[in-house]
Amino acid sequence: MEPTQIIFLVTAIMMLSSAVMVVSSRHLVHAALWLIVTLFGAAVLFALLEATFIAVIQVVVYIGAIAIMFIFAVMLTRRELRDSADPWNKGWPVALALTAVVAVTLGSFLLKWDGLLKTSQPMAEGYDSVASLGTALISPDAFVLPFEVASVLLLAALLGSVYVAMNKK
Amino acid sequence: MIPISWYLFLSAALFSVGLFGVLVRKNAIAILLSVELMLNAVNINLVSFWRYGNTADMAGQVFSIIVFAVAAAEVAVGLSLVYSVYRRRNTVIADELDMMKW
Repeated sequence: MEPTQIIFLVTAIMMLSSAVMVVSSRHLVHAALWLIVTLFGAAVLFALLEATFIAVIQVVVYIGAIAIMFIFAVMLTRRELRDSADPWNKGWPVALALTAVVAVTLGSFLLKWDGLLKTSQPMAEGYDSVASLGTALISPDAFVLPFEVASVLLLAALLGSVYVAMNKK
Repeated sequence: MIPISWYLFLSAALFSVGLFGVLVRKNAIAILLSVELMLNAVNINLVSFWRYGNTADMAGQVFSIIVFAVAAAEVAVGLSLVYSVYRRRNTVIADELDMMKW
């Protein structure tokens, strides 16, 4: 076992168990904190994949902003911060069966693919993925249009969420 | 080296856990938490395909940044909807939000 494989396996086990805790935790603040553990595991995976910028953005945007916003929302909407009854629907066995079908379908499609054992080539000497990501985001030949559309989307979400949450008296 | 299948199977498992959460949780905020799990699984897939394919082609990373932006927008609008509903109906349990049922 190489060190990267050990890091991957530890991170994967941590992510999956905390994801199960997110889904099953009765206390919503605990669920949000378990989500932070999962998101941090994803940041570790991005670092393992040498996507350094994505790893940093994962910590700053997901953990720093989105997860904290969830915790604030939980605190604003629940008086006792806890589901008194069962946190799951009555129909959860049906949902479990449906999820199992989706998981088995995904797994069998993956197993049929012949590129599964492909390993990554080492990065070219002196290649800077952050610089080329920045160039790709603002180059007219590449992704400047999706980038601008994303900023319009964020503006619309900002205005929309303020309008929806506003107390109209 | 880690083969790409490890990342793909992990993200498939994470996606399934998130899907299960979306289907079974009663609390609307918990449903949004599970949606975040699914979006993260997609991001892991995108970035691993970028790394194991041609690293000079940045499409995978750019798409995952778009997913970040969409996730932030979705959480902002979703949570403000939940908060607005909570102020009117005093509940965030998805089963009790049946105003549109007839």
